[in-house]
Amino acid sequence: MNLLWLIATFPLAGFLILCATEGKLPKVATACIGAGSVGLSAIVAAVVGWEFVTSDSTSYSQVLWTWMVVGDFNVSISLYLDYLALVMVGVITGVGFLIHLYATGYMWDEEGYSRFFAYMNLFVFAMLLLVLGDSLLLLFLGWEGVGLCSYLLIGFFHTDPANGYAARKAFVVTRVGDTALILGLFLLFREVGTLDIQQSLDGARSVWPDGSVMNTAIALLLLGGAIGKSAQVPLQTWLPDAMAGPTPVSALIHAATMVTAGVYLIARMQDLYLLSETATLCVAVVGLVTLFIASFTALVQSDIKRVLAFSTMSQIGYMFFALGVGAWSAAIFHLMTHAFFKALLFLASGSVILALHHEQDMHKMGGLWRKLPIPFWSMVIGSAALAALPFTSGFVSKDAILLTAAHSETLGMTFWSVAVAAAFMTSLYTMRMMYLTFFGETKMEPHDKSKANMWLPLLVLSVLSIGGGWLGFTVLQTLFGDKGVHFELHLKELVAIATMCVPLLGVLVGYILFATKVFDRRKISDSALGEAVGRFWFVGWGFDKVYDTLIVNPFRWLARVNKSDAVDYLFRFTTLVARIFHNLLTVSQNGRLRWYALTMFSGLLFVLIVVALI
Amino acid sequence: MMDAAGGIPLEHVIWFAITLFLIGVVGILIRRNVIFILLSLELMMNAAAVVFIAAGAFHCQADGQVMFMFILALAAAEVAVALGLVVQLARRFKTLDIDAASEMTG
Repeated sequence: MNLLWLIATFPLAGFLILCATEGKLPKVATACIGAGSVGLSAIVAAVVGWEFVTSDSTSYSQVLWTWMVVGDFNVSISLYLDYLALVMVGVITGVGFLIHLYATGYMWDEEGYSRFFAYMNLFVFAMLLLVLGDSLLLLFLGWEGVGLCSYLLIGFFHTDPANGYAARKAFVVTRVGDTALILGLFLLFREVGTLDIQQSLDGARSVWPDGSVMNTAIALLLLGGAIGKSAQVPLQTWLPDAMAGPTPVSALIHAATMVTAGVYLIARMQDLYLLSETATLCVAVVGLVTLFIASFTALVQSDIKRVLAFSTMSQIGYMFFALGVGAWSAAIFHLMTHAFFKALLFLASGSVILALHHEQDMHKMGGLWRKLPIPFWSMVIGSAALAALPFTSGFVSKDAILLTAAHSETLGMTFWSVAVAAAFMTSLYTMRMMYLTFFGETKMEPHDKSKANMWLPLLVLSVLSIGGGWLGFTVLQTLFGDKGVHFELHLKELVAIATMCVPLLGVLVGYILFATKVFDRRKISDSALGEAVGRFWFVGWGFDKVYDTLIVNPFRWLARVNKSDAVDYLFRFTTLVARIFHNLLTVSQNGRLRWYALTMFSGLLFVLIVVALI
Repeated sequence: MMDAAGGIPLEHVIWFAITLFLIGVVGILIRRNVIFILLSLELMMNAAAVVFIAAGAFHCQADGQVMFMFILALAAAEVAVALGLVVQLARRFKTLDIDAASEMTG
């Protein structure tokens, strides 16, 4: 376990090497460094993980050096490994490595190959810092680091101004959440006096044994940060636009790892939320609203990546919901399985997009299933897991969440029914996506050039998407169970069966609507009401418009009106005075020696007179 | 009335020095010929030297004469440098008028 520091060091080294060589390395070497560094850290993570699991300890911390000491305020750079961090590290390095491997093929023909891998490695480093950091300050460093990398990678194709706009939007919107987060950290430090995670949780338990307003306020502020990073309502608008980045970026950052940082934060600060019912309820409601809105929005999108983006939002909504109803282990488990199947879906859709020469509109696809067998079958498996069909990993994790919700004391069945409705929508839009992309008539001829480095990750992720469910949910549960609420299968039979059947029902309805001609779906979509609702859903329930009207446009107006910055007048006055005196004095600089002598003597005379008078 | 050396009152010596100094100042201000400016500078320095001598005699201390030696050395050094400048001035501008060398206007 002493090797813990190495996990984060490899990607950092990869980033530094790729930066220092300025893209002058041959492409093969760049690919080896870019993907290899993450691969090495995945191996180290596996070794460390194995040692940790076989040892008796429940946590391990490694102090590297002291970051800063100011009075009593002492922050060290130290890493902290427990089961939560271990799951995250496994996902980040494991799935991260597969995505890097895929990207070596996907990005081969793009400009800035080396730049891409430098950013990706930096991202992995920052993300590892986020989950391994022992103190909230270190976590915040990683938090901002991943935000930066997200910005850089969304705007990777920087020649198109729209991508730059999407990147700025993501950066600014998450900044709103980050502001809340850092305010929460300030408050926590003021109340508890430390930013070390374990100490501050202990402190919170002793300072507020029964919870308090302050505790709730801190928990809500941290939730604000989590909402921004994890694209939950009301700060979710950046995620669909973030799909402007290359597809591997969408898979790694905007599906598998970074957007789940919010879930990690809340799970990490679990005790703070256990003390406050209000905050926990807020977490659940935020998740529920998001998963509901996003699953309806995904149903009407035409861009395949946007469908996946909204589906990511709704799946993270499930995680928040799970955290809110006390299914801590289920939330983290869903985080893990979601990382598998959503990465798979993104990478498979990336293969489709690449084969169609960067066509992302599903209405222009169709009939691809024979021509692109590997992406097709990967997509089938990923979709099955996303829709939570039985015997996939998504089924195990989502059912765990839904059943815990149904058993929670307050509002249990209300929560459950909304979440199940969203689960129905999930399988419906998944079915629609599959149908539009792979079935029906062929509209474009694909050119599949993918090599082993692209289909191997699909294969591994497919296996994980199915088998991930059996990969020790019980293990995870015992690990988190001691702290969180126990998840026990005292099922109300009906609820359990309904939960299991709803996705199947969704698939069936989807099949009838999209694949057969039994019922003409255009009747719905072309009616006045259907069109209006469809348009409303298409724009993501109009959040963007509201923000544009309320914030963006007034701000732009203000910026335009105040172009010459009123505050600047004050400073301009200072420079004006300086300039006047400057002009006055330059007259005296005429280069005539006798004039200088005269001024010297008159100055001397003046001083003498003043001295004499005083 | 207190005496400087040789029965001359100190006050007289100081008035003499002031007169000498002012002659130097006026010389610098009104003469354009650089040689005369240097002469005026010498006058001012000698005015200061006279005050040192007188004050040294008045206080019966050798310090005044020591300072005079310094001033003498300073004057010699200054003349050496200044005459070099004068030669340069004469070569470049073909004149000894100091106002001709007024190109460095800050």
